[in-house]
Amino acid sequence: MAEKILMKGNEAIGEAAVVAGCRHYFGYPITPQSELIEYMAKRLPQVDGVFLQAESEVSAINMVYGAAGAGARVMTSSSSPGFSLKQEGISYIAGAELPCVLVNVQRGGPGLGSIQPGQADYFQATKGGGHGDYHNIVIAPNSVQELVDMTILSFDLADQYRNPVVLLADGAIGQMMEPVEFREVTAKNIEKPWASTGLHGRSETNVINSLFLKPDECEKHNKHLQEKYAVIEKNEVRYESIHVEDADLVLVAYGITSRIVFSAMEKARKEGMKVGLIRPISLWPFPYKPIEDASAHAKAFLTVEMSAGQMVEDVRLAVGRTKPVYFYGRTGGMIPNSAEIYDQIVTIMQAKGGK
Amino acid sequence: MTEKLFAIPATLKDIPTHYCPGCHHGIIHRLVAEAIQELGVQDKAIGVAPVGCSVLCYDYFNIDMQEAAHGRAPAVATGIKRVHPEAVVFTYQGDGDLASIGCAEIVHAAARSEKITTIFVNNAIYGMTGGQMAPTSLVGQVTTTSPYGRKEDSCGKPIQMSEMLSTLHGPKFIARVAVNNPANMAKAKAAIKKAFEINVKGEGFALVEVLSTCPTNWGMSPVEAVSWLEKNMLPYFPLGIFKSEEVAK
Repeated sequence: MAEKILMKGNEAIGEAAVVAGCRHYFGYPITPQSELIEYMAKRLPQVDGVFLQAESEVSAINMVYGAAGAGARVMTSSSSPGFSLKQEGISYIAGAELPCVLVNVQRGGPGLGSIQPGQADYFQATKGGGHGDYHNIVIAPNSVQELVDMTILSFDLADQYRNPVVLLADGAIGQMMEPVEFREVTAKNIEKPWASTGLHGRSETNVINSLFLKPDECEKHNKHLQEKYAVIEKNEVRYESIHVEDADLVLVAYGITSRIVFSAMEKARKEGMKVGLIRPISLWPFPYKPIEDASAHAKAFLTVEMSAGQMVEDVRLAVGRTKPVYFYGRTGGMIPNSAEIYDQIVTIMQAKGGK
Repeated sequence: MTEKLFAIPATLKDIPTHYCPGCHHGIIHRLVAEAIQELGVQDKAIGVAPVGCSVLCYDYFNIDMQEAAHGRAPAVATGIKRVHPEAVVFTYQGDGDLASIGCAEIVHAAARSEKITTIFVNNAIYGMTGGQMAPTSLVGQVTTTSPYGRKEDSCGKPIQMSEMLSTLHGPKFIARVAVNNPANMAKAKAAIKKAFEINVKGEGFALVEVLSTCPTNWGMSPVEAVSWLEKNMLPYFPLGIFKSEEVAK
């Protein structure tokens, strides 16, 4: 077992990427993810890797396109406004089916917003973000240890499905320090016979491309993508479920918010209220089924986010019209505290005749 | 026994292109392909195609290619080159792609002296989208988005990219050439080959701007288009080597 060390979230992502075999990083500074780009600037040269500070987020994501298309394990990172700038490139990456890991340490929006933690980029991350029909795989850790484990997982998923993976963090997990351990990882050596590497004796050229001028060919490509997404939806749903079996009220939250919600749930449990928590870890594919299953016995749901209500739409899709789905959110970089969430729980439980 | 004196280089696929009659892309493709062929680096060449008329050049070069988003070819090429430092990476871009939407990418690739070659085809118009005003369209030039002619007071003068990029420390070689006659074609070939030689040696960034006609969107016959290029483009976009080790000496 590896030794536990104290690390800042953003830096832990960087070290995890190195452990996962990532040797190419292209980024542009932005708060609150700057420790990550700084960590890569320092760390990658030590392992004969390439760190390059791009002239913009637009260039950074296109460097990622080139490097991923050339067969490398590659990463970029940014925060909300910068991540918006990458959307064009992400659409091309999804269309050309290039594996890469894209980190968004979310802050308050819209526009320049604030530099405090936010979760208002859920729609952008999970519903496409750029133009065209595509999905990123979206993973949302809630601790520094998970940042480590899920960064490594993200590289594997990206290669396995030839798909961009968004590690959706927030300013709180990115900035906080927690003990982490780096477990032994054997970097998976995935063959990439499709990569543009130079012919080197190959007779057919490898072309990295998302252009299909003939609409029937473009539709065929879209069908192929949708088939791939269906496989991902079947195989890669991840979530955590706590005290849901007997819960009258099921809380739904992800990322840092799930930990605050967890505290409120514990307090409510101590007070005798049957409250549970479902924490989506993969935001796409979204864990619709466990939420739908819980709706069989739960009387109500409460979704908590640092947004004006984005993931709650998926929770409502899962629950349908049979049970009420409440929402509580803070925006602009404000973090909800467990007392205000507890108050929400009490209000709903009283209305539903719980306790 | 007959000797074959002229053939399609192995770096070009023997298939028809989609280019309009009189368009210079075909000639420029061939010069690029010949340079790569003659330097013996087909196996380690990786090209980046732009968005514009030459968007499909990945179908014509018998070389590994990546298709970039509009203007982003130098960034994509940077990503490729940093993964495969031994590869001969090049971009092939038009004027809208390089001088307008991709201005930041080309300036910074040049400033870093990214070890890539850029072939910049300047025909003073957006071809693929149907003849709109380009950053290189001449003052007074009528296009579909400058129907009364490009006005200097509202659109400025066209950008001279070779001159502008030559002010940077990074580039090792910058030249502007044309393929309007055989003599200029020979000079264009020499410049393109030089740019690829610098690439093979890993010396740094090299760019060749090639003036080209666009008979279709200029609304002229191929012959008229060559005359228009000579009369209007050559005075504003003078041919020559703007930066090279030799020039510096």
